Amino acid sequence: MSEQPVVDAPKAPVAHEAHHEELGFWRQYVFSTDHKVIGIQYAVTGLLFLLFGFALMMLMRWQLAYPGVPLPLLGSLLGEARMPGGTMVPEFYNELGAMHGTIMVFLGVVPLAVGGFGNFVLPLQIGAPDMAFPRINMASYQFFVLGGLTMLASFFVPGGAAQSGWTSYAPLSIIATSGQTWWLIGMIFLITSSLLGAINFITTTIQLRAKGVTFLRFPFFVWTQFVTAFLLLLAFPPLEAAGVMQLMDRVAGTSFFLPSGLVVSGQVVDVAGGGNAVLWQHLFWFLAHPEVYVLILPAMGIVAEIIANNTRKPLFGYRSMVYALVFLGFMSFIVWAHHMFMTGMGTSLAAFFQTTTMIISIPSVVILTALIISLWGGSIRFNTPMLFAVAFLPMFGIGGLTGLPLGLNISDIPLHDTYYVIAHFHYVVAPGTILALFAGIYYWYPKATGRKMNETLGKVHFWGSVACMNVVFMPMFIVGLAGVSRRLYDGGVTYDFAQPVLQWNVVSSWGAWILAVFQVPFIFNFFWSIRKGEPVGDNPWQATTIEWAAPSPPPHGNFLVAPEAHRGPYEYSVPGAAKDFLPQSEA
Amino acid sequence: MDIPYTVEVRRDTGLTNGKIGIWLFLASEVMLFGALFASYILIRVGAPSWPRGDTLLDVPLATFNTIVLISSSVTMVMAWASLMRGRFGTFRIYMGGTILLGLTFLVVKYFEYSHHLHLGEFPSTNNFLAIYYTLTGLHMLHVFGGMMVNAYFWGPGAKLWKTNPVWFTNRVEHSGLFWHFVDLVWIFLFPTLYLL
Repeated sequence: MSEQPVVDAPKAPVAHEAHHEELGFWRQYVFSTDHKVIGIQYAVTGLLFLLFGFALMMLMRWQLAYPGVPLPLLGSLLGEARMPGGTMVPEFYNELGAMHGTIMVFLGVVPLAVGGFGNFVLPLQIGAPDMAFPRINMASYQFFVLGGLTMLASFFVPGGAAQSGWTSYAPLSIIATSGQTWWLIGMIFLITSSLLGAINFITTTIQLRAKGVTFLRFPFFVWTQFVTAFLLLLAFPPLEAAGVMQLMDRVAGTSFFLPSGLVVSGQVVDVAGGGNAVLWQHLFWFLAHPEVYVLILPAMGIVAEIIANNTRKPLFGYRSMVYALVFLGFMSFIVWAHHMFMTGMGTSLAAFFQTTTMIISIPSVVILTALIISLWGGSIRFNTPMLFAVAFLPMFGIGGLTGLPLGLNISDIPLHDTYYVIAHFHYVVAPGTILALFAGIYYWYPKATGRKMNETLGKVHFWGSVACMNVVFMPMFIVGLAGVSRRLYDGGVTYDFAQPVLQWNVVSSWGAWILAVFQVPFIFNFFWSIRKGEPVGDNPWQATTIEWAAPSPPPHGNFLVAPEAHRGPYEYSVPGAAKDFLPQSEA
Repeated sequence: MDIPYTVEVRRDTGLTNGKIGIWLFLASEVMLFGALFASYILIRVGAPSWPRGDTLLDVPLATFNTIVLISSSVTMVMAWASLMRGRFGTFRIYMGGTILLGLTFLVVKYFEYSHHLHLGEFPSTNNFLAIYYTLTGLHMLHVFGGMMVNAYFWGPGAKLWKTNPVWFTNRVEHSGLFWHFVDLVWIFLFPTLYLL
């Protein structure tokens, strides 16, 4: 720890606080309109869904490592329909796969990164008293819960949950069992939730900035949330349209995505036909590619905050990072068909999308490089949040760089739908985004609770998680390069060419199960520190951004005196200054 | 605790929160209907043959509905303008007119739908009818939603006029922006489905 004194916000009495009515339990913790409570609700629900999605994956990993071997203990608990005699049936494997993807993306990472961190941190960082539309904010969380419950309930309908992957490709998804209808209804709730959230984030950022908080004085985190909100606002509605059409295909018997003369199990399907299955893919990826950036941008924002704080230096090239971010947001809308090189699109169309894809890698690299250079010459404090933030850089680097061969039409063709793809995007999202999200939890936990999480447990959690995540995902590159397809129920056992790499499936699986063990110190730390963590002042990390000028935890309305920004967000180690950080809000 | 700029405008942006919010919402609505129109185009150009709208649908009835919806947009503006002039009584009349015109639109639509269903023309019959039912159905949901909001401002929501007339006027304006958007979607739907 440095020698700097902990500067607390002046504890001036506030006029209207005197006649502040006490809210009951339900209004305060369940139906709250306070952005901080909603943020914590989102974050905790998101973490629970992450754990649940992880559990689904651990079940799948058993089947992949030991295909056909009955699962001891747990296997018999999941029922005869799903695991007769403890051995998984293929349909259940498909349910697990589809729901793992859906839950991790739409119910885990995005709610935690955007709903959780965005809600809690963004208004504080711009010096706002709350979100612009507090009741809409509450509604956004409620729609999210409704969507989550719909998804969970779908496991118990006849035929089980959706089985068509998180991408729900037509026509398979249209002839699938009723779980798919539940999936669509759940998605419509989740889209509504994110729409309400996005409107709120953008309006709040534009309107509720405190005095002196200009756009180029925003912390990088605020910028990432701002751009992310635009992606959610504009990319999700086309998926909603597609969802409505798929629902019509399933329920009203239309043929939007069903071609003429479709044959299923040797029978011609009795529909009007004339639809286009590739149309679904276009509409889906028009959302889902921007969604990739929704997953990664908030993570970059969190990492930028923590790196600036713990190197005690301004970010390298803040403006370039902001411009790169905005450009990246624009570009993310015109790269979607690089997921569809295998659909038989013409070469000129493929050339267009591979070019835009190569262009979009430039701003990502700008941001990553700026973050790496920011480390240079700093006297780095390696506390738990910083460890997670620094580890994000090479992990995201691996994820990003292995994506280049997938973005090029020629090299995508042999790699498409193999385990290489799985390894690539998991490196972006799991050791990338999820590490950054953990970093954010350790970093802002003192602001939310007034106490720090335990450092020793945090370091155990960090080293265990980073090591295990690499054990899980690195072998998938090898398996994928050998040509093993994703979504295989038995992990490729029946294929000759897969035989030399099958042992890597076992390695991945054990990596995943041990990774689960290393989450125990985190879960314990998370609850234990609420009461037993080291109590801290308002600004335990000696940070510059405005959220640290509010009390920890901030009261309803956030600031005791209206904050004002006097300088940029990262004035660390300013030559000639009395201390090594100049808070934005200090005159 | 009050949220700033719900009623008064922020000086550097010149806007209230609600105004930004409703425009952002409309932007997402453009993407929603845009995706459906794009799908319509893709399915139509991929089809070996496609019926002309006027051979299957009732053009005079739809023309009548177009006039109804445009008139409702006019009354909507008049309702807001009445509030701007401080005439609450005329606001009630114009807002009531807007709601009734919306209702007329839905009733006409009901007869149109039931006529097609009686003829055995279902969404599953062919892709023209599929897109017809989906697009007009989604549009009808929007009309219904707009009517609900307008009815709220005509009835219980109007209490706000007594305590905060500026805020109330703003809210009616935002509701009006949505109503005009719904009208605009129909202006695109009508030629696309009925005439082309």
